[in-house]
Amino acid sequence: MSESIAAVRHARTRAPVHARLFGDRIFNTATFILALSILALLFGLAVVLIADSFPAIRAFGLHFLVSTDWDPVNEQYGALPFIYGTFVSSFIALAVAVPLSLGVALCLSEMAPDWLSHRLGFLVDLLAAIPSVVYGLWAVFVMGPWIRDYVEPPLAHWFGWTALFQGPKVSVGMLSAGVILAIMIIPYISSVCTDVFRVVPHTQREAALALGATKWETVTTAVIPYGMTGVIGAIILGLGRALGETIAVAMVIGNSAQISASLFKPAATLASVIANEFAEATSDLYVAALIELGLVLLILGIVLNVVARALVLGVQQRRYRETGK
Amino acid sequence: MASGASTLHGETSYRYRKLKSDSMMAVTVGATMVTLIPLFLVLGYLLTKGVASLNWAFFTAMPAPVGEKGGGMANAIVGTLEVVGIACLIGVPVGVGAGLYLAANRASQFTNWVRFSANVLMGVPSIVIGIFAYAVIVRPFGGFSTLAGSVALAAIMIPLVTRTTEEMVLLVPPELREASLALGVPNWRTTLSVVARTALSGITTGVILAVARVSGETAPLLFTAFGNRFWSTSLFHPINTLTVQVYTYAISPFADWQRQAWAGALVLTGIILALELGVRWVTGGAAKAPR
Repeated sequence: MSESIAAVRHARTRAPVHARLFGDRIFNTATFILALSILALLFGLAVVLIADSFPAIRAFGLHFLVSTDWDPVNEQYGALPFIYGTFVSSFIALAVAVPLSLGVALCLSEMAPDWLSHRLGFLVDLLAAIPSVVYGLWAVFVMGPWIRDYVEPPLAHWFGWTALFQGPKVSVGMLSAGVILAIMIIPYISSVCTDVFRVVPHTQREAALALGATKWETVTTAVIPYGMTGVIGAIILGLGRALGETIAVAMVIGNSAQISASLFKPAATLASVIANEFAEATSDLYVAALIELGLVLLILGIVLNVVARALVLGVQQRRYRETGK
Repeated sequence: MASGASTLHGETSYRYRKLKSDSMMAVTVGATMVTLIPLFLVLGYLLTKGVASLNWAFFTAMPAPVGEKGGGMANAIVGTLEVVGIACLIGVPVGVGAGLYLAANRASQFTNWVRFSANVLMGVPSIVIGIFAYAVIVRPFGGFSTLAGSVALAAIMIPLVTRTTEEMVLLVPPELREASLALGVPNWRTTLSVVARTALSGITTGVILAVARVSGETAPLLFTAFGNRFWSTSLFHPINTLTVQVYTYAISPFADWQRQAWAGALVLTGIILALELGVRWVTGGAAKAPR
């Protein structure tokens, strides 16, 4: 009896346990290294961009951000035209995309029955699946000429007295870039907003309805205020997407390093100028200046994403605290 | 009489509010319709212009010399498969392994930092990733290369695969894991043969969605894989991809190249939509790429 117990004890404490621990240790170390590589990737990204843009940082300092000179021939580099182009094209995109996305999100979360809501949501999601270069191609040959012929003339006619809508009507420029960007970011904003509205507790809606509110009053008094931080998060997320979007914008914005009040004029963004000039940049300072533009883009992207995710997460956690679901 | 008037007033007011409500809700339906118009327009143009430009030579011939008619994108189609394939070889093990680690060590501070980094990386513009690949591969190795393009795409894939793997593994019931451990199976075998295998379909879904995402990338390839009008025979030479070829042809002044750009765009979009639709069809519409 005691012999068999000893045998079992022996069997249990013999080599296999060590082998087991050994295997676990290898596996844990391996997956730990892989997880660490993600941290290293982000860290490496930041270090490489800072180090490689250093010649430009040293040559121009903070003046880089406010200078409007972009003159590779004379080795003068300033980022302002591109920062301006990035923000103006992104704000046009938001001005078009935010109302539409909110409409889509409300339609999907408040109006459509479940079976229809999921099918429509799927179609809107497909907008995000179409590659940027395909949007660019379509914008160059279809949307741009259409904007030139049917959108710009009435804008110039009615609002030509503002500086925004003056100048020759062409198919490439800030307006075309803003509109194609809007189409590309709508699926991101609307899908986050739909998720945010869907986590608004039903009791919230029922309370408003019980007080005699119509469906729209329920939306404006109970649904939107509850999800407001999430909606703002979704908009910031859309802005982040718009700032970094490259190829479609590079194809229709016209690529001109100038600042002009007119939305019809060609412009350039941080991403589009990198796409256009990086492979052809000859001098070291030129490359460093382009990488510094990338660094500006990286910082903008990180800040906007961190803020947006925190806001969207906040809504979902509040729901969890209040309802336990 | 007075009470009657007030009721009447109340009714008008209610009718006004109801009308306002109904018209606002109609506006949201309208917004959805307007949003879907570009989708149908883009797909419609791709089908009509793309199919008209598609021919046998597109799949089998090499690009024609500058300004000449004819030719195809055979090398770009193979190049896309090559660059994305190598990106998978790099990105999938890293992404899945990191995802398994995150799911297994939920409570640690290190996990929070890695998850935070993955989320941040998903928001980094892809062209910035391209600059990174240029600095760590193109410059040290002395030229544009297939490998550099693949590294750039892998860097875009990794956070996507990590996050979906983590989510999918967390859906596996803990009882399964406990049962396996109780039978004396070592932890690493439990993780690989029980937990990861149970989550396999979900992990595969995440990988396919990540492949669909990077197959459409152009910006990070412009100065990594660069493009090549001939067959690429080495990992260390530039290589053509569909996206870069479509980009170059679309902005070229030659009508025949622009015609081929539509054909290329149709094939590219067809591949990506097939991947996305296939995944949704298999998972019953539940799957969504993390954003």
